[in-house]
Amino acid sequence: MMPAPDKLAALHSHLLRFARLQLRDDALAEDVVQDTLLAAMNGLNAFSGEAALKTWVFSILKNKLVDVLRTRDRSVNVSALAGEEESFDAVFDTLFKANGHWAEGKQPAKWGDPEEAIEQQQFWLVFEACLNCLPANTGRVFMMREFLDLDIDAICRELCISASNCYVILHRARHQLRGCLEKNWFGPGDLPC
Amino acid sequence: MLNCKESTRLISQAQDRSLSLTEQTALVAHVLICAGCRRYRDQMNFLRTVLRRHPAYPDTKTDSDRTP
Repeated sequence: MMPAPDKLAALHSHLLRFARLQLRDDALAEDVVQDTLLAAMNGLNAFSGEAALKTWVFSILKNKLVDVLRTRDRSVNVSALAGEEESFDAVFDTLFKANGHWAEGKQPAKWGDPEEAIEQQQFWLVFEACLNCLPANTGRVFMMREFLDLDIDAICRELCISASNCYVILHRARHQLRGCLEKNWFGPGDLPC
Repeated sequence: MLNCKESTRLISQAQDRSLSLTEQTALVAHVLICAGCRRYRDQMNFLRTVLRRHPAYPDTKTDSDRTP
């Protein structure tokens, strides 16, 4: 059996991937991961649950990511979010007729076998490219919700936004991700954005 | 009666909060008669599945053998 420090080292690349996806900043991600491993090393004596080492280390990383996202978001101005919102709304509105029903030809297309897609490595590359195409602030909220598993209350508290605003941002993120996959995986597109 | 635009909003919100009984009923009724929104709902659910099975997601079972 590997000694605990080796097990920690083995988690490094996985931790880094997780952090990079959320921070979109390789240097910062590396810092946070090193910080996490250090905290884990220091806490190893107190930690006994062998099988859950990975879960435990990831929970440390998640907390650190929330801290980073929190401090970073203080410096993100509300107008940046509003700008992302406006450009989304403009596109979103064209999908529907005045009565709010799908406009001609704008309905979601039929997708091939989505389950089969998951099995293909290429799919994950497209998916990650699509994630990275989300506007920065929208993407950040989305990752907090989906990857850090924060609930709406926690996100609102962290970012000082209202719940209704949060729902709109998340819908926007999912909608764009859906469209990006449709275009670039299930459809003929070749450019992620 | 929901229209498609409202319906897409509720489909997304269903992933973030419990819909009220009124909202649930309205959504189910709408999706029943609207193929476009049915697809939208299925595709949104697919996104959630994909995110949970993402190789970088910590709880994924296959952490060592999936490295795209």
